[in-house]
Amino acid sequence: MLQITKLHANVADKPILKGLTLSLNAGEIHAIMGPNGAGKSTLGYVLSGRPGYEVTEGSVTFNGQDLLALEPHERAAAGLFLGFQYPVEIPGVSNVRFLREALNAQRKSRGEAPLSGAEFLKVAREQATALGMDMDMLKRPVNVGFSGGEKKRNEMVQMGIINPALAILDETDSGLDIDALRIVGDGINRIMRKPDKAVLLITHYQRLLDYVKPDFVHVLADGRITRTGGPELALELERDGYKELAA
Amino acid sequence: MPAPTRHDEAWRYSDIAALEAAWPLPAPESIIVPAGGHYARTIVQDTGSIHQIEIAIGKDATAAIHVLSIGGEYGRVELNVTLHEGADFKLGAVQIAGGTQTLEIITTVTHAEPKATSSQIVRSVLAGTATGTYLGKVAVARDAQLTDSAQSVKAMLLDRSATANAKPELEICADDVKCAHGCAIGELDPMGLFYLEARGLSPADAKKLMLQAFVAGVFEGAADEEMLIETALKKLGELV
Repeated sequence: MLQITKLHANVADKPILKGLTLSLNAGEIHAIMGPNGAGKSTLGYVLSGRPGYEVTEGSVTFNGQDLLALEPHERAAAGLFLGFQYPVEIPGVSNVRFLREALNAQRKSRGEAPLSGAEFLKVAREQATALGMDMDMLKRPVNVGFSGGEKKRNEMVQMGIINPALAILDETDSGLDIDALRIVGDGINRIMRKPDKAVLLITHYQRLLDYVKPDFVHVLADGRITRTGGPELALELERDGYKELAA
Repeated sequence: MPAPTRHDEAWRYSDIAALEAAWPLPAPESIIVPAGGHYARTIVQDTGSIHQIEIAIGKDATAAIHVLSIGGEYGRVELNVTLHEGADFKLGAVQIAGGTQTLEIITTVTHAEPKATSSQIVRSVLAGTATGTYLGKVAVARDAQLTDSAQSVKAMLLDRSATANAKPELEICADDVKCAHGCAIGELDPMGLFYLEARGLSPADAKKLMLQAFVAGVFEGAADEEMLIETALKKLGELV
């Protein structure tokens, strides 16, 4: 589904990714762990096309398409979803309004009929309920006045509504209490654990992986994947730390 | 009387050439709201014209004006408002300019007597090399105690080449008054735009959505709110 080959990327002329190679197949969940500053968030931003994240070498194909040639909204329409580490507050724009417009823009570019207001609200209500989020919150301006945990939950509601083929979740577990972590973990499994989908979980901690069992765990250090293993690698990291591993 | 020049404070940022062509201006329109009366009006400036309106609001009377200024090379809406005891004046104004347009809104709100309230909300969206100006003066007479006045002025620049001028001006001769004012000029938050785009909105639609949020609310309460929002959106669509 996603093939990243020898990817190099700069932020403000500083090399962050230095030859990263990674392959995800449909039906797989991959976790990327690594120390601060290793390039984990940069990878998420590069894949979703954030301005200022410049690819200098390498390639990324997504379902056979050259992902890097697409604009951010085209990547979304192609089925890629980025769960933000810091979801952005947008005063004045209601969640439902924004999500309906975004979803219908994606549907349009795929040649599908737009959802009516009623159809959309039904989907939105299902997803909000499943993630324990009040519909009233969905009607409020995007992320404004939401706690850290509510923002992350809102990201998952958005993911449920948009129903992407590939989700890159950037520290979706940070800022969550134990109950919220379980709800979000269940949400990821329910929405994304399917034979035709894939997930790239970017995380610092092993605890999310108790709820979302990864098929592969990768260590990202200094802009490269330095080690790949199964779920047991995450436990090893938790026990020994990244330093030990890099040595 | 000769046409004003840039030395006249109220015309400092005007398109003087366009003004000279239109000079002399007809006498200002005069509106008198009788004591206890209610007046509401919507002004859509879409042809490049100069509106000068004098409004006297009588005791305990109210006036609500909504302005949408979008058209012509030079457009100006000038309101000269006098409030009598307990009167209320509300202005909600949006100006949206692109290309080489010059649009301006000028208000002088005089609290002549006690206990009157006034508010002005002005939002400008400016692209290209357009200029958008708001000059807002609030004058409180010596015995106009318990005046409550608020002004909120914001401008959004879509291009670095556009110009926003904003001048709140307070002239207060009473000592028991509330006069709040705030002014901000900014650009669309790039991280907000990326967030919207990453969810599937095209760059133009993302900008439009954020700008709509920026101007929404200004027209709240207007009888023709929907028409105003629709007209504003259409103009915004041309700029993004």
